[in-house]
Amino acid sequence: MSDITKKTLTEIVGLIKKKEIKSEELTKSFIENINNDKKLNSFITNCTEQALEKAKSFDKNPNLENLLPGVPIAVKDLFCTQGVKTTAGSKMLETFVPNYESTITKNLWDEGAFLLGKLNCDEYAMGSSNETSYYGNVMNPIAENTVPGGSSGGSASALAADLTPTTIGTDTGGSIRQPASFTGTVGLKPTYGLCSRWGIVAFASSLDQAGPMTKTVEDCALMLEAMAGFDKKDSTSINKKKEHYSKKLTDNIKGLKIGIPKEYRVEGMPKEIDQLWENGKKILKESGAEIIDISLPNTKFALPTYYIVAPAEASSNLARYDGVRYGFRSSKGKNLIEMYENTRSEGFGDEVKRRILIGTYVLSSGYYDAYYIKAQKVRQLIKNDFDQSFKKVDAILTPSTPSAAFKIGEKKNDPISMYLNDIFTVPVNLAGIPAISIPAGTDNNNYPLGLQLIGKPLDEQKLLNIAFAAEKKINFKQNLYRWWEK
Amino acid sequence: MSNKNEKYLISGEKGQWEVVIGLEVHAQVTSNSKLFSGSSTKFGAEPNTQVSLVDSAFPGMLPVINEYCVQQAIKTGLGINAKINLYSVFDRKNYFYADLPQGYQISQYKNPIVGEGEITLDMPGGSKTIGIERLHLEQDAGKSIHDLDPSSTYVDLNRSGIALMEIVSKPDLRSPDEVNSYIKKLRSIMRYLGTCDGNMQEGSLRADVNVSVRKEGSKELGTRCEIKNVNSIKFMQMAIAYEAQRQVEILESGKSIDQETRLFDTKKNETRSMRSKEDAHDYRYFPDPDLLPLNIEKSLVEKIKKDLPELPDQKKERFIKDYSLSSYEANVLVSEKEVATYFEEVIKTADKKLSTNWIIGDLFASLNDKNISISETPIKAKEMASLVNSISSGLISGRAAKEVFEVMKESGGDPVKIIEEMGLKQQSDPKKLEAIIDKILDENKDKVIQYKAGKEKLFGFFVGQTMKISGGTANPQLVNDILKNKLK
Repeated sequence: MSDITKKTLTEIVGLIKKKEIKSEELTKSFIENINNDKKLNSFITNCTEQALEKAKSFDKNPNLENLLPGVPIAVKDLFCTQGVKTTAGSKMLETFVPNYESTITKNLWDEGAFLLGKLNCDEYAMGSSNETSYYGNVMNPIAENTVPGGSSGGSASALAADLTPTTIGTDTGGSIRQPASFTGTVGLKPTYGLCSRWGIVAFASSLDQAGPMTKTVEDCALMLEAMAGFDKKDSTSINKKKEHYSKKLTDNIKGLKIGIPKEYRVEGMPKEIDQLWENGKKILKESGAEIIDISLPNTKFALPTYYIVAPAEASSNLARYDGVRYGFRSSKGKNLIEMYENTRSEGFGDEVKRRILIGTYVLSSGYYDAYYIKAQKVRQLIKNDFDQSFKKVDAILTPSTPSAAFKIGEKKNDPISMYLNDIFTVPVNLAGIPAISIPAGTDNNNYPLGLQLIGKPLDEQKLLNIAFAAEKKINFKQNLYRWWEK
Repeated sequence: MSNKNEKYLISGEKGQWEVVIGLEVHAQVTSNSKLFSGSSTKFGAEPNTQVSLVDSAFPGMLPVINEYCVQQAIKTGLGINAKINLYSVFDRKNYFYADLPQGYQISQYKNPIVGEGEITLDMPGGSKTIGIERLHLEQDAGKSIHDLDPSSTYVDLNRSGIALMEIVSKPDLRSPDEVNSYIKKLRSIMRYLGTCDGNMQEGSLRADVNVSVRKEGSKELGTRCEIKNVNSIKFMQMAIAYEAQRQVEILESGKSIDQETRLFDTKKNETRSMRSKEDAHDYRYFPDPDLLPLNIEKSLVEKIKKDLPELPDQKKERFIKDYSLSSYEANVLVSEKEVATYFEEVIKTADKKLSTNWIIGDLFASLNDKNISISETPIKAKEMASLVNSISSGLISGRAAKEVFEVMKESGGDPVKIIEEMGLKQQSDPKKLEAIIDKILDENKDKVIQYKAGKEKLFGFFVGQTMKISGGTANPQLVNDILKNKLK
């Protein structure tokens, strides 16, 4: 059989269901790839032995009715996994082993999948290049010393390098879509509240949302179907019926209206991105969609708004990492306050500290109204922009990122330039709406570039259908030689 | 102490000062589980045995509101005649402490669940209405225990996450007596409603006390100090008295009061500074993004309102009207729901007036002596009624009844049986009494002559002798009648 690890998740599930491959054989193939990898550093924790056991026990008594029968899956190390170390990319949680399982991973395991490993990510999901991880940089399989994007960088890297057939990430400001775009893969950020946040290490609660990262749109539909669902343990979870995205997936998008927001044409954007966008318009038109120019006038305020709201929530969410009950505790300090100070100074990295400081500042008395309250108002305006547009169009097409993957270290010391990476993805999180990034071309280095499709709340099916149609026409081919195995 | 009807004023060297007090009462919500988790709230469990992953703030854990606690807050709001806010918001109050696992307390800041209300106090000088500013729901913190080990602090998270209602009064209180009355009334209302057990020993009811002083007649509020976390009415009163005196002395010396947070030292009976306004925490309140705003259906409020039990004020009115009690008697009888229930049980079969006297008099005295509540007395309501009936029917005299009561208060029991055993049954046979009286008159002929000559005081002597010889069982009314007849 040709290399099974190169196949799509849908193909793999098909083979298992037709009993043409055993889970053990499948799992061994991925483990072999994982073991051969010398450079990517996409895994923080390997669960290969445990995965093999699971595969064997699946093969003994296979339940083929499930969506993900016998499929090993590595997940972002932000999802708490019972009995398996969960670090959130931080020194703070280097030794933390949860005795509970996040709702999202549990949903996957309930559909027949099992854990292959925990994937590297930016510390507490704060970063756009995976360079803030305590566990080291991750490389993008597209080229050595290139970042895979972030914060779900390990996930994107492992997926593109065939170390896992599919994966899941979290997206607070673009952390699924940007790395998907950088690695030539598909990434979906669902509607806020569609996927439970219970058991995911929190970054910014009102923005965090878990989503699938896959090789194809079809895989993405299948994964979303497995992940999504109401969870009474998450008060922000949406109570709605489960949808069968994969069954209903169609490339018939005739008559759908696609909006092109003029504000996403930013100064200094590479020519290739412009071409990519034009090509996207052309393809959707060919598929029978109608292209309409729209305006999202408050887009320019999205990034500054995001960098107030997200750090504010983060500064409070990360207060629990105090060294008292679990995780890292500094051995220095004569009293409680000193213990706190040393624990948090030594346990958190620079980017996390920077955001805690920003967040603490914007919530402080005297600054709260000028920053936090104002940001909340602007956030509402941004949401209103989308609401208005969706009266006219079914979905919005934009580039996923303003550039392709960059070199490790290139932007590390320039936070603003790093933050600008999220300029196209952030508005979607602020509005709580779904968006998908699909590979759509390459830049002049032959690095992948993604197109983003933005949809109405809970309109994931339509979004997937449009992406599915576009994917077929674009016919993007991932062409990687396995340099990381040398 | 001044006369009870007089204003409570501090006499300084330069004049009279009025004390202005506002209370922030923290009342633990009666609920089996915590405000945002399913953990038990039972008091007195082994440390850290009633703690969920949410209470201990593990990564990725999320709060889910306990609907029952919301209903309890609405109920309490209705009990204090307050506006129920159909829209309210949970905020995070951020600060670091070892017994605060999340690093923030979930509370309500700008949009509390209950708005303005009021409580009526019955003071010796008449009734007084105290305004309520707001009531909001919040989580309790855990407990830091500093005295178990010389070098370590132990943390018990059993209390972490338990639901509290913070009930904030307007600065309408003017004396330690009013504070006493306010706390007791609030406690009584919540106990009637079943929303807080009001147990101060177990910490179910604590208060922060805001105190300021101003020249008598002044309308402006002075700078206040907040005395944190006082857990008994007595300490609240002592703290207020001390703090008011301290402030008067400072102001009269020409200095000004610093707005600050103070602690009451119960051993030294003094307040001392905990932190100044400059050192006050910046709590960085903001809406908790893990929780949606609380939207309450109007129909829920209506339903709770419909199902409200009779509250102390209503019960008092009814007692006055239906049982012809005085305002004072009614007040005393309704202050505790259990007392009111006991009273109504007794008067089902016994005389109202006599029952009232016995309950407020002898029964309350015995409860006080033993420092027990009415539910702990061995005297069942039925037995109390039976005792009262024994007096009304003339079976025993009032004096004998006291002896019977002495037995009952120790071990309870059927009073009729006790009367029998003690031989206290009243002698009401006129022939037998006549025989006794004849004998007494015969033996005291000189006194009979003196009486008839006008020394009427001697009547008491004859009664006394009769009671003595009858062993206290003679029916006093009958004795009177016979004596009067014979001495004509």
